[in-house]
Amino acid sequence: MQDKIESDQYSRSSIQDPGSKRYLFDNPRNVKILLGCFYVSLLILLIIEFFVHKHPHFAWEAWPEFYAVYGFVACVVLVVAAKYILRPLVKRREGYYD
Amino acid sequence: MTDPMPPFILFMAGALLVPFVTGKWKSFFLLMIPVLGLINLIRMQEGAYWMVSFLDWRLVFGRVDRLSLLFGYIFHIISFIAILYALHVKDDIQHVAGLTYAGSALGAIFSGDLFSFFVFWEMLTVSSIFLIWARRTEASLASGFRYLLVHAAGGLCLLAGIVLHVNQTGSISFDYLGLNGPGSYLIFLGFGLNCAWPILHPWLTDAYPEATITGTIFLSAFTTKVAVYALARAFPGTEALIWIGAVMTAFPIFYAVIENDLRRVLAYSLINQVGFMVCGIGIGTALAINGAVCHAFNDILFKALLFMSMGAVMYRTGKINGTDLGGLYRTMPLTCIFCMVGAASISAFPLFSGFVSKSMVMDAAAAGHMRIIWFMLLFASAGVFHHAGIKIPYFAFFSHDSGMRPREAPAHMLLAMGIAAFLSIFIGVYPAFLYSLLPYPVEYVPYTAPHVLGQTQLLFFSALAFTLLLLSGIYPAEMRCINLDADWFYRKGARLFYRIMARTLNPINEACERVFVNGFVRHMAHISKDLIARLALIIMVTFWMATGLRGERLRMKKENLYADVMAGTYPVGIGAGAATGFLALVYLLMY
Repeated sequence: MQDKIESDQYSRSSIQDPGSKRYLFDNPRNVKILLGCFYVSLLILLIIEFFVHKHPHFAWEAWPEFYAVYGFVACVVLVVAAKYILRPLVKRREGYYD
Repeated sequence: MTDPMPPFILFMAGALLVPFVTGKWKSFFLLMIPVLGLINLIRMQEGAYWMVSFLDWRLVFGRVDRLSLLFGYIFHIISFIAILYALHVKDDIQHVAGLTYAGSALGAIFSGDLFSFFVFWEMLTVSSIFLIWARRTEASLASGFRYLLVHAAGGLCLLAGIVLHVNQTGSISFDYLGLNGPGSYLIFLGFGLNCAWPILHPWLTDAYPEATITGTIFLSAFTTKVAVYALARAFPGTEALIWIGAVMTAFPIFYAVIENDLRRVLAYSLINQVGFMVCGIGIGTALAINGAVCHAFNDILFKALLFMSMGAVMYRTGKINGTDLGGLYRTMPLTCIFCMVGAASISAFPLFSGFVSKSMVMDAAAAGHMRIIWFMLLFASAGVFHHAGIKIPYFAFFSHDSGMRPREAPAHMLLAMGIAAFLSIFIGVYPAFLYSLLPYPVEYVPYTAPHVLGQTQLLFFSALAFTLLLLSGIYPAEMRCINLDADWFYRKGARLFYRIMARTLNPINEACERVFVNGFVRHMAHISKDLIARLALIIMVTFWMATGLRGERLRMKKENLYADVMAGTYPVGIGAGAATGFLALVYLLMY
């Protein structure tokens, strides 16, 4: 019974030899191109802002690059707080409750 | 054509018939249930239908208005998608549970009175638990029991609230309640538990990742969204909800960053998204309520899409932890693309569904000049992109090469994901369609230049933060571990309670055993036999002495008599004689 259910839930397929074929991001050049495009688009986003007429609800929404800075800072704070404050507090070994 | 019927009936009847339909028609049968249901629903007019008298009350099984219709539509759509995704499952229990679960959700949102609403509310719990247990692992069994206990407690809280409320007002109609009186607070709390409010939330992050691959799709859609509906119906504009919702959006993202099980990451982001809805309901303006239910509609689609893509990964690889996965884009490109559509939608990228609904709640908060709330929501918007938008696709499909080269997901799964992805993009590109279904008229315009730019900047620079943190090695590595959450209190607390009870009650029990069972009773038994034996000896020895018995023979006779009385092996006649003598004595004494 157990075996039947397991096979019902998972259908694992055979694992190929990882080296047999090269895929899109196996080539470091493609990763570099992707990152390059990403950085350029960031720059464009920063520049466009000066050509957009804003109608803010709050005063700070009119500050230059408010959303860009907030997004960056928020994520750094999020990750740093999660890693250095939350994880040491709540991390336990697997099977802690068993 | 016949008149429309209550929406839940098709699902419930379908669920009952599932075991009897076999063979190649089964898939067709399962898929036709939500299709027929949706046709049935579209033909419905607003109003109140299917009223049944029960004792002195009037139950309403079909309160049809714009709010319940919107939830009705999305529940049918997601049922179709979830059933399609689960077509490979041979385990009938899961199909029956899934259909009953969807039927209960439909029953609950179309209920016009608190009694029938409560019954459907409880059926949600009972039916959904089989989607967790159907995984048939020890972890899912334990987690399912915790889920059941927590929801039973929440259900009782709701029931107590309903009883108090009905007692107080004399009405069972399920409309605006507001916070007034103890009954409404208990109802509020009961709704809150199913809504996964902070501290009440761990049932969700505990149980959803333990459910079956296909069961999680159902689970992610119904329980929390029925609770959102109930709050929108009974407590719109309740200020406490603004803060509860804002906290819900913010705290789970910290957990999501350090969580290893990718379906658990999605469970945390589910709470985060429901937070936006709860917050919108709390603000309570027409724009905010529209935003909340619109976001519920979209969230059901993109959250299911994300769970489906992770489910497909799990189905093919048998693994779900970030530490075990990576590099799957090579052989599962379509699943990868669908996952990224879901990720873009939940992150509210322009042209994806989250953008047109989440911003309504944000703007409603801004219109109400709620600065702190607005900052919290904006933080959560950046954070959700970080964990659900980037982390999920990155760790599953890119990141380091896990070496696994699984096949692409099966066709029916791809189709289910494709439909959800299509709808997410369609709503993002053409929001007017969904806006026309919302409870209040919509004047909101999501696509303005500053809004699109602001949101894109927010997301792209969040992505930059992720990229830089990852390249610099600061980003927390995925670890095999458990992260404590509020369920610690009852998981460890229950054990403590058990131990305290064991320490206090067991010794009392043992003492009672010693004193009463082994001590008092045995003593009494001994005395009652010994006394009679001695009495018999006194009489008989006097008699024997009178007949001249002496020495060794007398001693032997005494010993035999004593042993006979103690063992109860003397002839029956003696007992009968003694009883008769006793009765005669009583008779004589009475007269």
